[in-house]
Amino acid sequence: MTEQHKVGEVIEACSTDFTAQCYELYRSPALGSLVKTRFELQGTDVQDAWLYGIVYQAQTASGDPGRRPIARGKEAQDEEEIYRDNPQLMKLLKSDFSVVVVGFKEGERIYQYLPPRPARIHGLVIPCTDEEVKQFSRSFDFINLLLKSRLEIPVEELVGAALRSMAQVYEAEKHAFLVSAGKELAGLLSADYAQLKAILKGLKNDAK
Amino acid sequence: MMQNDGNALFGHKLGVVVSGSLTHGIDVKLDGSASVEDMAVGRYVTIKGQKRRFFGMITDVTLGVVDEQINVSPADASDSFLAEVLSGTITFGTLHVLPMLTIGGGVVGVEDAPQPVKTIPSHFSAVEVSSQRDVESVFGKEDDKKFFIGTPLDMEVKICLDLQEFVKRSNGIFGKSGTGKTFLTRMLLIGMLQKSSAVNLVFDMHNEYGWEGRSETGYKVKALKQLFPEKVAVFTLDEESSRRRKVSTDAVVRIGYDEIEPEDIALLRQTLNLTENAVEASYQLARRYGDRKWIQTCLNMENNAETQAILESMNIHEATFRNLRRGLESIKRLAFLTEKNGENAVDRILKYLDSGMNVVLEFGRYTDLTAYILVANLLSRRIYNQYRERTERALGEEAKPPRPLVITIEEAHKFLNPEVANQTIFGTIAREMRKYNVTLLVVDQRPSGIAEEIMSQIGTKITCLLDNEKDIDAVLTGVSGKNELRSVLSRLDAKQQVLIFGHSVPMPVVVRTREYGSAESLKSFSSLGVAEKGKQVEKDIEDLWK
Ligand SMILES: Nc1ncnc2c1ncn2[C@@H]1O[C@H](COP(=O)(O)OP(=O)(O)OP(=O)(O)O)[C@@H](O)[C@H]1O
Ligand SMILES: [Mg+2]
Repeated sequence: MTEQHKVGEVIEACSTDFTAQCYELYRSPALGSLVKTRFELQGTDVQDAWLYGIVYQAQTASGDPGRRPIARGKEAQDEEEIYRDNPQLMKLLKSDFSVVVVGFKEGERIYQYLPPRPARIHGLVIPCTDEEVKQFSRSFDFINLLLKSRLEIPVEELVGAALRSMAQVYEAEKHAFLVSAGKELAGLLSADYAQLKAILKGLKNDAK
Repeated sequence: MMQNDGNALFGHKLGVVVSGSLTHGIDVKLDGSASVEDMAVGRYVTIKGQKRRFFGMITDVTLGVVDEQINVSPADASDSFLAEVLSGTITFGTLHVLPMLTIGGGVVGVEDAPQPVKTIPSHFSAVEVSSQRDVESVFGKEDDKKFFIGTPLDMEVKICLDLQEFVKRSNGIFGKSGTGKTFLTRMLLIGMLQKSSAVNLVFDMHNEYGWEGRSETGYKVKALKQLFPEKVAVFTLDEESSRRRKVSTDAVVRIGYDEIEPEDIALLRQTLNLTENAVEASYQLARRYGDRKWIQTCLNMENNAETQAILESMNIHEATFRNLRRGLESIKRLAFLTEKNGENAVDRILKYLDSGMNVVLEFGRYTDLTAYILVANLLSRRIYNQYRERTERALGEEAKPPRPLVITIEEAHKFLNPEVANQTIFGTIAREMRKYNVTLLVVDQRPSGIAEEIMSQIGTKITCLLDNEKDIDAVLTGVSGKNELRSVLSRLDAKQQVLIFGHSVPMPVVVRTREYGSAESLKSFSSLGVAEKGKQVEKDIEDLWK
């Protein structure tokens, strides 16, 4: 993976999730998309170890918590003009995104459970290629991790976004992918038909 | 070689075992990809247990939901995505499967003989539609003993009956009217004359086995003698009717009054509306005047003081005598009866049977029960007696025992109901198995009328659709998996589908019976005969189908 794909850098991490800062303002990967960051496997000679996560949150705010942005557009024609007239904004504002960890890869093997160690600060965050998404989504065990995560975002939304995002890479087999994912969900949510139905409704249009 | 594509579902995993017991069968949760609508009771499945494979039959199909809430707010049927996801997960089908046999040691390709089940497959064993190979390993291939009787539901595999085994016991063909009993019997008779060492004697009430039969839609179908002239003789009670139907008959049967015994009268009690006392009186009269003379004597008795004195001396009430006499008069009206039997029909039939010919006795216009019961019972009794004598002689001396004989009777409950089963020759034959080399093929649409004790002696039961609860019960008495089979039995198609179970099949089997009637189908029946003979015969037969 070449570095030109990197979109951000880890600035905060724990076992279950991490937050990264975007290199470019507003250029955070889409909600639900699969990203990866390298991590170190101690005690093994595996060099190629990656941690996988799904973007569940993105925010943009002032880079300096003490200084809130102020409204600047009273005289401006449109938003773009504000940014043109205040180039410093691009430096002052920061976009962050948060990622829930859903597995890791050691050499060629992918595991869909939490890795032994969290991501490292300053680890580069790279969106996964279509091929990687396909490889990762061969198993649906990650769905359970998402359902069990305690995040600010409703899990129905997160699961829906993740599956829709993965479905994009399947093209012709998109429908089949969503049906099997749906079945996995049905197994996990067999005791909560209402929640299941809510998620499936969100997938319906993509499954056409 | 035929491929398995006759069954689109073949080899498909249907689901997994989730619960069950040996006695009640096992439940299989269907995978989402298998639709309950494709399942059918009676279909075979193979279950891959950890140690062995199990062979079983689907006996019920049910729908289940994991979360009852779905019933409260059901999915919109038009939402196909939702429905697709839910099927097999939240909503699922369950198959009830009755495991019957184990095949192989779990290793595909190891051909152990199928064994009756003694255990059940473990949890989550995969269940598949049985392959042609599995079905064949259970029912065997068509050969010189095994007769191809039909195919399982939705499968192009031949189910074969071992007729050599079949004829060792008495057997029954049941089913309500119009379900195909006659067509099936005709087919089995062909099978027996080709593949067993037994000869057949058929009491053909409706003239449909010997020369030709008719289908419900009116087209004629060739019967035994037209197909196997060298192996079948047609006897008739009604020469005129046979001639009119252009049947080539071999003999005309006459029966003398002197051949009728009180036992025959006892059997006709209901049909002739006789009282118990009248039947009793016939035994008394026979004792007094002799088996050979009593009927004629009775009919000749005049209504005078002398007669009264005789009756009084025997303690026979006058009304009783009148009742009996009225019955005898109606027997007398049967034109095939003669005062004295000129030529012994029994000997003639036996001569044919001994030479390996199969005999069909047509009743012509005598399609009423009186004639049928009388003649079938009378002839069978005497033939049986001969068989018994000869078999016993064969045991003692070095003489050869007679050829095994299968007697086919219709309306069997008239001969085998609890009231008469103890008195009739047919009851005796059924009970004795084949002690004297005679067995029965009973054909009946009301099996509940047959004595239970007789039913339990029936080796192989082949039953078409039955819808009367009592009849279903009667047929299934004493069979393991009765409840499951009951649901299979009551759901057979109205025609050409049968459930076979008992002695000559390793497990109960639902069969779509072979087509009988078209030139093509008849040709397939004679294939064995053709192979035996030269080209000329082949050509003759070829012409015959045209
Ligand atoms: N194997 C078969 N091949 C072709 N047609 C069949 C077959 N079995 C049944 N049929 C059709 O079903 C009809 C009824 O069959 P059949 O006469 O054998 O019934 P049944 O049970 O003997 O009726 P019943 O009790 O009235 O005598 C036949 O006329 C024929 O059209
Ligand atoms: Mg019939």
